[in-house]
Amino acid sequence: MTTMSMIKALNEGLRRVLEDQPKSLVMGEDVGRLGGVFRVTDGLQKDFGSDRIIDTPLAESGIIGTAIGLALRGYRPICEIQFDGFVYPAFDQLVSQLAKIPNRSGGRVRLPVVVRIPYGGGIGAIEHHSESPEAYFAHTAGLKVVTCSNPNDAYWMIQQAAAGDDPVIFFEPKRRYHSKDDVDTESAGLDLYRARTLREGRTATLIAYGPTVDVAVNAAAAAAEEGTDLEVIDLRSLSPIDWEPLFASVRKTGRAVVVHEAPGNIGVGAEVAARLSEECFYSLESPVLRVTGYDVPYPASRLEDDYLPNLDRVLDAVDRSLEY
Amino acid sequence: MGDTQRPAKKTAKSRPKPASANEPEFVQLLTPEGQRVQHPDYDITLTDDEYRGLYRDLVITRELDAQGTALQRQGQLGLWPSLLGQEAAQVGSGRALKPQDTVFPAYRELGVQWCRGIDLISSFALFRGTDLGGRDVAADRFNMYAIVIASQTLHAAGYAMGVAMDGAVGNDDGEAVVVYHGDGATSEGDFNEALIWAGVFNSPLVLFCQNNQYAISETNARQFRLPPYRRAEGFGVPGILVDGNDVLATYAVTQAALDRARRGEGPSLVEAYTYRMQPHTTSDDATRYRDEAELDFWRAKDPIVRYRKWLSAEGLADESYFAAVDTEAGEQVRALRARVMALTDPEVTEMFDNVYAEMPPGIAAQRAEAVEFQASLEEGSDVR
Ligand SMILES: Cc1ncc(C[n+]2csc(CCOP(=O)(O)OP(=O)(O)O)c2C)c(N)n1
Ligand SMILES: [Mg+2]
Repeated sequence: MTTMSMIKALNEGLRRVLEDQPKSLVMGEDVGRLGGVFRVTDGLQKDFGSDRIIDTPLAESGIIGTAIGLALRGYRPICEIQFDGFVYPAFDQLVSQLAKIPNRSGGRVRLPVVVRIPYGGGIGAIEHHSESPEAYFAHTAGLKVVTCSNPNDAYWMIQQAAAGDDPVIFFEPKRRYHSKDDVDTESAGLDLYRARTLREGRTATLIAYGPTVDVAVNAAAAAAEEGTDLEVIDLRSLSPIDWEPLFASVRKTGRAVVVHEAPGNIGVGAEVAARLSEECFYSLESPVLRVTGYDVPYPASRLEDDYLPNLDRVLDAVDRSLEY
Repeated sequence: MGDTQRPAKKTAKSRPKPASANEPEFVQLLTPEGQRVQHPDYDITLTDDEYRGLYRDLVITRELDAQGTALQRQGQLGLWPSLLGQEAAQVGSGRALKPQDTVFPAYRELGVQWCRGIDLISSFALFRGTDLGGRDVAADRFNMYAIVIASQTLHAAGYAMGVAMDGAVGNDDGEAVVVYHGDGATSEGDFNEALIWAGVFNSPLVLFCQNNQYAISETNARQFRLPPYRRAEGFGVPGILVDGNDVLATYAVTQAALDRARRGEGPSLVEAYTYRMQPHTTSDDATRYRDEAELDFWRAKDPIVRYRKWLSAEGLADESYFAAVDTEAGEQVRALRARVMALTDPEVTEMFDNVYAEMPPGIAAQRAEAVEFQASLEEGSDVR
C-alpha cells in the first residue's frame, strides 16, 4: 500500500503498461516534453523515449485516426484528449471508425486503443473544459466506457483497459485528480467492468460514477448522521454496466437515486432508471430518481456550483424518494 | 492612407522564403534596432498622429494584458492567456481594418479588440467566469472568443461567403473578414477546410496566423514541415510572411490583404512571425519546455522598443509623449481593474435563459426548480 494522488496513480499505471507491453504507446497534445497539462504523463518521455511517448500535432481527429492505423499495424496506443470539450473533432474517428472497424472486419481486426479523457467540472475552468460527454460514447456500440473515482481504481483500471483488445474510452474525473488515497500495487482486486459497492445500507441506493462518487459517499455519511443508512455503488463501467450488483441492491433497498454531472436528458442515469424499473419493478418502493447537471450547456464557472449535483441536491432526492 | 497601398498579388519568385527556422525572410519595414527599411512590395505612409497612435495602442495593449495576468495572480480571474510579445501583430493588423470589416478572434486577441474600440470587459468576464463572454457580435463586428482551436476559421469562411453573396465586395469600400488563429491551429482539420472553402468560393477572407512559435509546449516542428504561409499556396490561397514584431510591416501587409479581399480578388493568409513571451496561460509552466536563452533572443526583438526608437529618431514623438501614454495606460488599467472587480456572480437563471429561442417546457421547469432550490438553501430552512 502506498498513498498517491490520482494523477500519480495514473502515471504509475501507465508506466507499468509501458514496461510490460512493448507495443504500447502514449500519444496526444503536450503529453511528452510537458508531461501533459495535468502531468499525468510526467516523466514518461524521459524514460520511454519520444517514439513511445508522442507529442502529436494539434488535431484530435488525427490523434484517434492515426491511433487506429497504429493499432492496425500492431501497436497499442493510449491516446490523451486534453479536455472533455475537445474530443468532438475526433467524433467520426471514435464513433464510426474505432467503434465499428472490428465488427466490420468480421472480428478479424481488433483495435486495442485506449482514449483517456479528463472530464467533468468543479475546477473553475472556462467553457469546454468541464463537460461530461460519456453518454455519447456509452451510446455507441463497439466502445467500452469506464471511469475511475479514486487513485487505486485509476492505477488498476488504466492497466486493465490497456490490457484488453477492445477500444476503451477512459474518463478521468479531473476534479478528483489531486485527491490522495491508498493504492494497493500488488493486486487489482476487481475486474475493469465490475461495479463496486462502497457502502452498505438498507434505506436507499445511491448510484454514482467518476466525480460524483465522492458526492454520494459524503451524502451517505451525512444521511447516516440523521439515521438514514444509504448504500453507495460506484458504477466504474458505464458500458457495459455491471447490472447484477445494482439489481441486488435495489431489491434490498427498494429505492435508488442516480447521480451524475452530465445533463440528465437521455443520459446514463436514464438507462439505469429504465433497467431498474424493468428488472426490479416489484421491489421498487418509489421511482428511480436522478440528480444530474441541468439540461443546458455547462455554465460559466461562477455558476457551476449551482449546476453540479451536490450533497444538498442528493439528500433532497433521497428525501423525495423516501416520502414517495 | 489608401493611396499608399500596394496589392498583395505577387509571383512565386518574389515571395520571400525563410532562410532558417529562426531567421525567416519576411516582410519587415522596421528592424529590431529601429531602422526603417524598404520592401519592394510593401510600404506604409501614415499621418504623424497615426504613427503616434500605433505606439499608444501597443503600450496600452501591453499594460491591459499585464493587468489580466495580475488579476489572475490575485485570484480575480480564473485564467489569463497573455499576448505579451504579440502586440505588434495585433495592433498592426487591428488598425489596418476598416470599420465595415468583421473579425473572428481566437482567445488571445485583446489587442485587436482594443483597436476595434470594443469594450474589453467581455473578455475579462469570460476569464473571470461570470459569463461566457457574450456580446453583440453583429454590432461590434467582432465575434466571440473561440476556445475550441480552429473552429472559428470555418465560421469566418462561411461569413465571408455570405459577404460575397450579398455583393458587399468589389471595390475599395467592400467588406473584408479576418480570422485570427495560431500556429497550432493549422493542424486541425477545420483550419484546412477553411482554406479550401475560402479558395473554392474566392471569399473575402484574410486568415491571420499569429505564429508565436508554440502551441502550449509544442513547437512548430510538431505542427508542420512547411510554414502556413506556404501551405496556403497549395490551397490556391496566396500566403505572405511578415515580421509580426514589426507594427508597420504587419499593418502594411494586412492592409494589402484586406484590400485585396474587399475588392473581390479573394482570400489570403498572413503569417505573422512572432513569439509568445509568457507561458501559454497563467496555468502553464513554460520552464518545462523552453529556456531563458530563447526568451533573450526574442526580448531583443521586442515590438515596442524598436518602434519607440524609430519614433524618437524620426522626431515623431518625444519623452513627454511617451510619458503621457504611460499615464493614460495607467488610467486605462485602473478603470478596467475596477470594472473587473465589480463583476458579480450571475443569477442561476442565467444558465437557462439563453439556450433556446423558444424555451422548451422541460427547461422552464428545471429553471424553476433551480431557483426554488437555491431559495430553500438561502432561507436556511434546511440545516444541511
Ligand atoms: C480542439 C482543441 N484542442 C485542444 C485545445 C487545448 N488547447 C488550448 S490552446 C492550445 C494550443 C493552441 O496553440 P496555437 O493555435 O498556436 O495558439 P496560441 O495559444 O499559441 O495562441 C491547445 C492545444 C483546444 N482549446 N481546442
Ligand atoms: Mg501558437
